[in-house]
Amino acid sequence: MSEYKVLIVEDSPTMRQLISFALKRLRGVRIVEANDGVDGLKKLAAERFDLIFTDINMPIMDGLKLVSLVRNDASYKHTPVVVITTEGAQEDRERALALGANDYITKPIQPTRILDVAKGLLNIV
Amino acid sequence: MPTEEDKWLHSRGEEFLQVFKKGAEFTQELMKENERLRFRLVELEESQRNLERTVEDTDENRRLLQRIESLEREKEDILGRIRQVEEENQDFATRYVEIEQENNNLANLYIASYQLHSTLDFREVLQIITEIIINLIGAEEFAIMLLDEKINELQAVATEGLSREDIPSVKFGSGIVGQVAKTGESYFAEDVADDSPGELKPMVCIPLQIKEHVIGVLVIYKLLIQKTKFADVDYELFTLLAGHAATAIFSSRLYSDSERKLSTIQGFLDLLTR
Repeated sequence: MSEYKVLIVEDSPTMRQLISFALKRLRGVRIVEANDGVDGLKKLAAERFDLIFTDINMPIMDGLKLVSLVRNDASYKHTPVVVITTEGAQEDRERALALGANDYITKPIQPTRILDVAKGLLNIV
Repeated sequence: MPTEEDKWLHSRGEEFLQVFKKGAEFTQELMKENERLRFRLVELEESQRNLERTVEDTDENRRLLQRIESLEREKEDILGRIRQVEEENQDFATRYVEIEQENNNLANLYIASYQLHSTLDFREVLQIITEIIINLIGAEEFAIMLLDEKINELQAVATEGLSREDIPSVKFGSGIVGQVAKTGESYFAEDVADDSPGELKPMVCIPLQIKEHVIGVLVIYKLLIQKTKFADVDYELFTLLAGHAATAIFSSRLYSDSERKLSTIQGFLDLLTR
């Protein structure tokens, strides 16, 4: 069975645990967590990932900057990125999607939504 | 010259011959009739056998008809069972969705509980409570107010979406927040979607209490734009926060105090032993 590696970039341990908890219900998924955008970039440089979840509002480097850097990196150009935001505002989503994010999740997070998005982007039936 | 007697004899001979011929013809006819009757008999016997066979076929048909009826009944039973299984399947599917939702809710509660007790640092505890309220409940503007028992006032120690200066101190028992602290009973505004500008109106007030002792109040003023109403799990989270957040705050405060005291005592001991 193939293994999918998912990176969760989120400064809130509660959110990281929540997303991780939801994703662990998918078989063959390995999860790596990062505290912020810079930590996320370090993890991305160390190994290859199949899916990235990133918060938008984070210290040091925010999620939008991370999306921009990931999309300009040849190795991760085609890796699906999902942004997590507190605002349900259209503008915030559009910024993330314009930068190359594949999908978005708004807080409060619903585990079923995380699973649906992950399944869709990893092509898991 | 034939005599009269000869003629008579000849005539009688002729007559006898005629009778004999007729007898022969009659015998032949009888034999033919006999043959025809025997043939007819064979035909009738054959016909009877066919008839008997037909009777046998009818029994077989009757048996088959009975079998068909029995199978029809069996089919109806099976169809009934299939319908029953389908209904059960539908029930299971509904139950699965409910369990899935319950599982998600429990996961949220577990994470909230786990995070609340993951540290003894007072500031970290407040940060975790803030994260739970944002990420799991979906509040945009809220304050964590703790009771200062010396002056009998509730003061904001952490806020989100508002500055601490925006949240005035509240006398114990005064207004909605003060009453929640006094009675230990949660307050929920009738219309959570009411977002009219003006004075800060509490939408939800949750007492933070250890057993009957209220140490503070969690006050939510505004929900995130996409959050239009509270879900069942939100009320469970409120209940969890009311108890666990209070315990976490109380423990971390005690720990911080004891750390500070320990540090002071250690300082004195260092001075004495120098």
